Amino acid sequence: MKREKVIQVAGLTKRFGDFAAVDAISFDVYRGEIFGFLGANGAGKTTAMKMLIGISNPTSGQAQVAGFDVFTHAEDIKKNIGYMSQKFALYDDLTVRENIRFFGGIYGLSRERIKEKSDALIEELGLQGAAHKLVGALPLGWKQKLSFSVALIHDPKIVFLDEPTGGVDPITRRQFWEMIYKAAHQGTTVFVTTHYMDEAEYCDRVSIMVNGKIEALDSPKQLKEQFQAANMNDVFLKLARG
Amino acid sequence: MSITLANISKSYKGLKALEAISFEVKAGELFGLIGPDGAGKTTLFRILTTLLLADEGTARVTGFDVVSDYKKIRNSVGYMPGRFSLYQDLTVEENLTFFATIFGTTIAENYDLIKEIYVQIEPFKDRRAGKLSGGMKQKLALCCALIHKPEVLFLDEPTTGVDPVSRKEFWEMLKRLQQKGITILVSTPYMDEAALCDRIALIQGGKILQIDTPQAIVGHYPKPIYNLRANKTYQLIKALKAYENNYSVYPFGEFVHYTDQRTDFDPSELKAYLESEGLSDVVIEKTEATIEDTFMELAK
Repeated sequence: MKREKVIQVAGLTKRFGDFAAVDAISFDVYRGEIFGFLGANGAGKTTAMKMLIGISNPTSGQAQVAGFDVFTHAEDIKKNIGYMSQKFALYDDLTVRENIRFFGGIYGLSRERIKEKSDALIEELGLQGAAHKLVGALPLGWKQKLSFSVALIHDPKIVFLDEPTGGVDPITRRQFWEMIYKAAHQGTTVFVTTHYMDEAEYCDRVSIMVNGKIEALDSPKQLKEQFQAANMNDVFLKLARG
Repeated sequence: MSITLANISKSYKGLKALEAISFEVKAGELFGLIGPDGAGKTTLFRILTTLLLADEGTARVTGFDVVSDYKKIRNSVGYMPGRFSLYQDLTVEENLTFFATIFGTTIAENYDLIKEIYVQIEPFKDRRAGKLSGGMKQKLALCCALIHKPEVLFLDEPTTGVDPVSRKEFWEMLKRLQQKGITILVSTPYMDEAALCDRIALIQGGKILQIDTPQAIVGHYPKPIYNLRANKTYQLIKALKAYENNYSVYPFGEFVHYTDQRTDFDPSELKAYLESEGLSDVVIEKTEATIEDTFMELAK
């Protein structure tokens, strides 16, 4: 069975003057895969991700995301992906329902579809009692789970998660990962950036960027064997410290 | 005792941020406060650094009461808040000089204490603090908190948002400061950092769940834990949750941590069940509890 590639990147580069923030990176990500995108502060992962989600033009190279070219079809990419980060997520001064309706509207869902999705989503998250509460009043863990569900509201092929689970308690964090597993199981590709190597251990495959280049890419299990490390934190330290 | 808390409580508009917190930190100890956002860690720091009054209870730092002797405490402690709070439009050197001056000292007088950290940011001493990278800001903030040679150092989530390399370096710095006799109270939401402390308090929802050495805390875990793996993780979790004898099921990186209700649990029986549910490549092996396992068990 040939696996469908939903992200294809070849020689992708972004220069700022003489400095190559992203230096000819190449990789593929498959349908339904949980892909971890790691790197130290300043290694280039934010710059790379901005190119993949269609908000920054590459200097050179090639990349296709959800079937669209990042050079020529950036707008189509935006419609076909979901995005969630801890910094930018939901509107605190809108209620749960209003947030869902707002994002559903942004992604062009019909009124009926938004209604259906809202009901399903609220029930799945067990937020029936909180549907008319302001999002700002919800505990952080609920916000994150809601934010993830909203990022999936238009059934995107790929969802990008930028440092998604910082600060939440370990039980909520695991509920969040169960949601990620479920989305992946249903065929959504999940692309995650994180500083926390214990999160990297949840991914199917992980890439590690150092100084603008991808220096390692494999499953956590293989990487640990390759670098003779007990955990992904040690793999990361070995790579980043040289 | 360097820090003593007795029945400290604090509410904000009826919401209990801290409920009857009591513990002690010994002189020279590296003590960790481990808990998620909203656990009450910052409130506790602000009470101990005399920036906030508790509703109930008493607390002493370096022998002084946080209410009646607050000025003495302010002279003898260093505090690095969770949010970067140096002057962004002053340079590295100006910030450090400023903090030295308000504590009536000079950079030269206590240079030994900060030397190892400061040399790493010294090449940028004329750069404005707002233009530093995250790792460098953190080092400067630590220098500023140390420049008056405090007896006790309070560090509120110093490693949040910091990459693994800088985190490791930061903890190595803390160990060296401890060797110089400084008592350190540090908070973190990251359970893997707990192992680096002498003793830890697990805190959630304003309550202390447990206090002990990291080794003792994982040692107290009540059940044998198994690492499980199969060809499909999502189906594995679903099947385990549907298994009537399960006690806890938590995804844990490439594995799932499983505990069983029964004392005579037989892994081969579970394996047979999982295979009957359509899973293959099932691996079940015993593993050690981690701080996170303990935290989840206590918070259940």
